Amino acid sequence: MTELPAETGVRARPRRPAARGRATAGAGRLAALLVSPTLLVLAVVVLYPTLMALKESLYGAKGLDPSTGFISATEPFVGLRNYADIFGEAGARFFNAFWNTTFFTVVTVSLETVVGVAMALIMHRAFRGRALVRAGILVPWAVPTAISGLLWRWIFNSDGVANALLGQQILWTTEGFHAKVAVIVAEVWKTAPFIGLLVLAGLQVIPKEVYEAARMDGARPVRQFWHITLPLVKPALLVAVLFRCMDALRMFDLPYILVGAQKHSVETLSMLAQNEASNVRFGPASAYAVILFLYVFLIALAFVRLLGTDLVGGGDGRRPRRTEVTA
Amino acid sequence: MTTLTAKWRGGLVYAGVVVVVACCLAPFYWMLVSSLRRTGDIFDTTPLPSPLSFENYRAVFDPAQGFGRALLNSLVVAGITTVLALLLATFTAYAMARLEFRFKRLILTLIIATSMFPVVSIVVPLLKLFTDIGWINTYQSMIVPSMSFALPLAVWNLTTFFRQMPDELEHAAMVDGCTRGQAFRKVIVPLAAPGIFTTAIITFIAAWNEFLIALSMTNKPGMQTATVAISKFTGATTYETPFGSQMAAGVLVTVPLVVMVLLFQRRIVAGLTAGAAK
Repeated sequence: MTELPAETGVRARPRRPAARGRATAGAGRLAALLVSPTLLVLAVVVLYPTLMALKESLYGAKGLDPSTGFISATEPFVGLRNYADIFGEAGARFFNAFWNTTFFTVVTVSLETVVGVAMALIMHRAFRGRALVRAGILVPWAVPTAISGLLWRWIFNSDGVANALLGQQILWTTEGFHAKVAVIVAEVWKTAPFIGLLVLAGLQVIPKEVYEAARMDGARPVRQFWHITLPLVKPALLVAVLFRCMDALRMFDLPYILVGAQKHSVETLSMLAQNEASNVRFGPASAYAVILFLYVFLIALAFVRLLGTDLVGGGDGRRPRRTEVTA
Repeated sequence: MTTLTAKWRGGLVYAGVVVVVACCLAPFYWMLVSSLRRTGDIFDTTPLPSPLSFENYRAVFDPAQGFGRALLNSLVVAGITTVLALLLATFTAYAMARLEFRFKRLILTLIIATSMFPVVSIVVPLLKLFTDIGWINTYQSMIVPSMSFALPLAVWNLTTFFRQMPDELEHAAMVDGCTRGQAFRKVIVPLAAPGIFTTAIITFIAAWNEFLIALSMTNKPGMQTATVAISKFTGATTYETPFGSQMAAGVLVTVPLVVMVLLFQRRIVAGLTAGAAK
């Protein structure tokens, strides 16, 4: 970036009204002008559909009304019946999808975190060829999830290379626990490097002196890791884990392509909602979508509350970013 | 510590690095190798294709697959999404990084929170709406929902980039008689160009990789994006999955991204990690 000569004589008025109240009216107007288009678009593409889903989830499907025997041309209002069905009639499928979503989230995010941290520690030690390594581990991140689904379906084919390497004859992409394993392996491959990169960035800002002091005091590497490295990369790691959790909770592409739609072993809430919607059953689909939304929202809230992670960073742009953990 | 153990340690670190990189690249390499085999040897497990064949690539561009059109669709959808998102995000991010106003933290938190939103919660109601107004199988039916993740991503990345730029530049320009608008146009935007460019790459990759929206909003093969088209490739018979041509098409869809990643890895990593580590 261009380096500008330091301005010594004339210095602009230090613009930093720390208190919100002192924000000037002019800045406020300008900000409103600059921010409102984004808010407007997000209101149209996120808020409005969400409200629509809420409303839609209270309506049934067109067609024969079982209680009156009439054919309705419009969608009948059914109140909370869609939700009641989810926990009653359609309960088995919903609870299975809910369990799969939770299971995938917990397992993949834990594995990714462990693998990602290990990757970062190794990469942090290597000094030569770091650029090459970084480019290499960015490749899984760049591969579209849909393509990685196909790729792993090929690897996990019954006559594929995974079985050849393992000397097994496992039908990975059929129903069963092994299908879950296939999805988990593919997901961890794609996302662990991403966590690795975030943690590596966190590692690089830890001053070397801290480690030297620890060595002087006779701390062994394992102790250094638990007492210095981990606490110091924790803020970066927590943000990464939060984002990964949110992403894993809405998992769709990978199980859909790797194993298939309507497969009991891998069906997630996103797949369930999409499947209902594509069968023009918008009422139940919206109910599933609302439940998934609430689930994601609650987990995010729990994260932020329990761990006190501050995603946004310093509000006034100049204060050092507060990402420390207060719990 | 003797030099010998130090040397061993160094060796171990590099062995570890090789393992990490190998694990990351091996599946991608396998896609490449498989795509270069003949249909007859597709189940071979040799590390190199022998004999080398471009049969699968010819199959991909068989007009019957319509893959060229799918690539074009992906380019249009991801391209327009990126341009729109950046246009809006540049102004918003500038305000977030440089101006003081009420509810700033709340607004930024809200914008970022929308990026964590489950896409399916938007797709379901929009699918109904777009069916009613006849938008199914149009570009706008894919671009509009894509903004829900592209815009927050762009705002967040750009805000971080703008925050890293010293305030003094702008003040100097304003002291020299620029208005705030001019300072933004003539000083901030040119200097933030690398940041804007990186954000564009990250947003484009996210939009290019999108699957759920494109799958739900299209049912005509001519309007499918590349990711959806590949997942629906058909083989010679219904029961035979055309793995060879799927791998070849996968390589074609991924290689532009991999090239971008190789060229701009430093910037992309800076962009991806900007929010998390500081």
